[in-house]
Amino acid sequence: MKISYRWLTEWADTDLAAEEVAERFTLAGLEVDSVEPVAPPLDGVVVGEIVAIDPHPDADRLRVCTVQGDSEERTIVCGAPNARAGMKAPLATLGTKLPGGLKIKPAKLRGVASAGMLCSEPELGLGEDASGLMELPADAPVGESLASYLGLDDRVLEIDLTPNRADCLSVRGLARELGAIEGCPVNSPMIEAVDPESKRAIDIELQSPEDCPRYIGRVIEGIDPQAATPTWMVEKLRRSGIRSLGPIVDVTNYVLLELGQPMHAFDMAAIKGGIRVRRAVKGDRMTLLDGQEIEPDEDMLLIADHESPLALGGVMGGLDSAVGEQTRDILLESAWFNPVVISGRARRLGLATESAHRYERGVDPQLQRKAVERATALILEIAGGQAGPVVEECKERYLPEAAPVRLRLGRINRVLGSELDANEVSGILERLEMQVWRDGEDFVVKAPSARRDIEIEADLIEEVARIYGYDRLPSRRPGGRLTLNVPPETRLPGRILRQQLAARGFQQVMTWSFVGLDRLEAFGVGHGAQPLANPLSRDMAVLRTSLLPGMVEVAARNLRRQHDTFRLFECGDCFVADDAGFDERERLGLLMTGSASAEHFSEIAREADFFDLKGEIEHLLERNAIDGEIRFRRSEWTWLHPGQSAEVLIDGRSVGWLGQLHPALQRDLDIGQAIFVAELDVASVSRSVLPAHHDTGRYPAVRRDLAVVVGDEHAAADLLDSLHKEAGNLLEKALVFDQYRGEGIESGCRSLAIGLIFRDVSRTLKDSEVDDLINRLVARLEERFGAKLRG
Amino acid sequence: MGQTAAESLLDEALGLVAGAEDERTLDDVRVRFLGKKGALTAQLKELGKLPPEQRREAGQAVNRAKQSLEQAIQAKGDELGRKRLAEQLEAESVDVTLPGRRHEAGGLHPVSRALDRLLDIFRQLGFDVATGPEVEDDYFNFEALNFPPHHPARAMHDTFYLPDGRLLRTHTSPVQIRVMKEQSPPVRIVAPGRVFRSDSDQTHTPQFHQVEGLLVDRDVTFADLKGLLSDFVNAFFEDDLEMRLRPSYFPFTEPSAEVDVRWRNADGTPGNWLEVLGCGMVHPNVLTNCGIDPEEYTGYAFGLGVERFAMLRYRVDDLRLFFDNDLRFLRQFR
Repeated sequence: MKISYRWLTEWADTDLAAEEVAERFTLAGLEVDSVEPVAPPLDGVVVGEIVAIDPHPDADRLRVCTVQGDSEERTIVCGAPNARAGMKAPLATLGTKLPGGLKIKPAKLRGVASAGMLCSEPELGLGEDASGLMELPADAPVGESLASYLGLDDRVLEIDLTPNRADCLSVRGLARELGAIEGCPVNSPMIEAVDPESKRAIDIELQSPEDCPRYIGRVIEGIDPQAATPTWMVEKLRRSGIRSLGPIVDVTNYVLLELGQPMHAFDMAAIKGGIRVRRAVKGDRMTLLDGQEIEPDEDMLLIADHESPLALGGVMGGLDSAVGEQTRDILLESAWFNPVVISGRARRLGLATESAHRYERGVDPQLQRKAVERATALILEIAGGQAGPVVEECKERYLPEAAPVRLRLGRINRVLGSELDANEVSGILERLEMQVWRDGEDFVVKAPSARRDIEIEADLIEEVARIYGYDRLPSRRPGGRLTLNVPPETRLPGRILRQQLAARGFQQVMTWSFVGLDRLEAFGVGHGAQPLANPLSRDMAVLRTSLLPGMVEVAARNLRRQHDTFRLFECGDCFVADDAGFDERERLGLLMTGSASAEHFSEIAREADFFDLKGEIEHLLERNAIDGEIRFRRSEWTWLHPGQSAEVLIDGRSVGWLGQLHPALQRDLDIGQAIFVAELDVASVSRSVLPAHHDTGRYPAVRRDLAVVVGDEHAAADLLDSLHKEAGNLLEKALVFDQYRGEGIESGCRSLAIGLIFRDVSRTLKDSEVDDLINRLVARLEERFGAKLRG
Repeated sequence: MGQTAAESLLDEALGLVAGAEDERTLDDVRVRFLGKKGALTAQLKELGKLPPEQRREAGQAVNRAKQSLEQAIQAKGDELGRKRLAEQLEAESVDVTLPGRRHEAGGLHPVSRALDRLLDIFRQLGFDVATGPEVEDDYFNFEALNFPPHHPARAMHDTFYLPDGRLLRTHTSPVQIRVMKEQSPPVRIVAPGRVFRSDSDQTHTPQFHQVEGLLVDRDVTFADLKGLLSDFVNAFFEDDLEMRLRPSYFPFTEPSAEVDVRWRNADGTPGNWLEVLGCGMVHPNVLTNCGIDPEEYTGYAFGLGVERFAMLRYRVDDLRLFFDNDLRFLRQFR
């Protein structure tokens, strides 16, 4: 809401400067975003009068005006089409610097000397109408400074009101608020009923009384179509950001700003029969004032006549019944609409109107008659005409009622931690124009009808706190009852996981939770993608099913920015919606590319490969003693290199995957180097085993190495499993320390060198025992895998 | 009296020891004089040939010479050993200013880093961390939080909806409902997490992170809220900043407030007021919705934007940098 400081102080009698008012409002919950001058400095601009006008000898579009200004007459060459003799307009005298930076100097235009400039609104920063000179009223005093004539030593306060404070969307409301904060008197203009001079009335039917329980209509006949809005009103409207559109519309807007009552004026000639306030039905069509043709939804409220819709109730009038230059008779509307039937409708049509903004938030249900009288008086004053009787249709029981609210002094202090006394509290409430009855330590309070937000005791406590001043309320250092709610020791905190990864050289990234479906599909992870109903764009249309596309995009971007070696990780929720239902779970993504280590003078860096990434996963799982048996199983995913991809299993359950990004995909994404990626389920890799000590023994271990030749179809892990199974507890560890293919080894086979570490915790193993064991193990490998000892 | 043979051998041997430049030469001297066939050893063997009255004296002379030589060889050996070690160490020395063998250091995302710090502070203040889903339904995100069905406050949230009417949470406040429905007071939690608003411009990203705090117990007052926030803000920024509360409106708290801190200019002088938090006393309707009697219990809640705190703390001036994930940007925060 933008409001002129001068207008506000016509109502609220205060000596505070505009900036001080802004500060008070802000600290009372009416946040003032800015305090700006209503116009740029206009020194040197005065009221000028064109006393004579002649054609320019050498230019058809220019005319030579004789202008009376601050001193003697001068000649000004002017191109404005509306320039005419007798007209008054702003005159920028020689030496003036206009807001746009133009400095007025003596000039010759097509051979004719010009000593000054007559100005349009935009040239002065006073409006947008660039069609001609800014016309000043005939009674404007020639030679007076324009700033003083228009009262431009004023400021505009722009207030960002919270949606509960609809009552402050008017000068009246803001003045009441300032009165409460500052304790200053509030004057409201005298609004008296205008006696009807004509009998012309309108028939009003409330067909949907819950939506519109009160509708007031008043006909005004015979208005003067030539009438112009007075400058003071144009200026006040302008300062609130509203353009002047002719006296009738200007008056309705003026009353909206002044009192907070949205109003509308119809051209009586366009109304057939009478007014029907009803919900839209199928087949209703209308053109709104902004030219938009609509077929209103059935939950929208219409102001219709007996044939067709005239206006979209509370939102915008219709074009066909709008007041125009030919209009002689008008119908003024002042109604109360239920916020429920207005809310969201304007937004749905892509509209944001002053009217809908107020009705959505709640208009004072007792204001309509006052507003119609105020508007009538202003119209008669400006445009003449004869007012008919006020026709009011009202279904009282559907109007909201401000029920008295009980307020306990003890409760106030219990909630605020304060020690306010009863007089202080009642004083604050009375300044807010509330009716207050004392009942012992309690109060019974009735808010003014404009305060639609006061319904329960807590609302009043807030009012007391707000006006008393949050800063004056006490503050207490933290304390209170502690409770202990400790997560299990076996649950790895996410924070530790992230720090471990950072310590291993991974940089955390954060990518978008939404992606384009085509992008997910390009990776083959489009299954179960949950679409949004109202995405920001096509490339943010669905929820991510995997961290993969986002992380690869980050990698690609950084590769383009000349980083060639990095490790990334991300933790975040992924979403899958399929036949099994909707699943949201946190995933951990890892990505590695470039060298296995930083460049070093001592050696040529090796490129990172599958085993670097796998090693990091193994390290992570081992470091955190993850609960369960960890296996890596060769498997295929569309987005991974089919020969370098594995599924990660814990106790046989899939918890993720890793591998090289598929080279074809890598090429499609225009990435010039291999990328290794993994994704794990965070919950599954965050459950560790609680350590329990067992005797590790003090007896020495025995290591024996074997080299066996085995077919490529057998996975190393299967050989090691088999060894463990055969050897039982005596085999403490088995590890592959070399792999060889090539000369001396049959093709399709490889030689694996396996280190075997044996230990018995209760005694020293004898060589002969170990020899026997080795023989059994070799036999076992041969039997199961056809493995042969390498000769 | 002339030298004995042993003495002259010793002199010769000592000369050779002194001249030995390496351990091998020294060993040759040892073998030549003290070895099985060495010259001094031979002298001992010769003793038997002497008349018995001379044997004793001659024997002593040979043994003295032997001992002297052994000591000299030992000493020379130690000296040569030290020298050799020194040479070896010298040869093995490296330029310690050359870089170590390593990979690029990793790091936490600045939002994550700020969040960890925020949670650390609240944990010390006795708050547990609670989490909830990012896809929520209308009840938890709005209705239970006292958002009237058609209220403009809902429209202000710029909600992303799923086609079935569920939504992406617009704040982490739904977690307070989930916790209060599970747990009876005292409730003392902070709920961190990702939230979504369909808004994207210079100062808004469609996703960001929030921490919401909730404390419900007997005799919790607005004064407690003020005290907590003041301590929290100054702990986070490691400063003593002026703080003010301005009345505001959130459907789920009443009274509600926005919290401003008086920021410090680069030169340490007080700067502008910056809005950093929203807060208030839990609305009685919210407590009732969760089965908590608002007459018995009161509570406060507060919510803050993690990106906002990260920007202030680490002097980041463009919100959008956080989701651009440029490595040069990110590596500043590790």
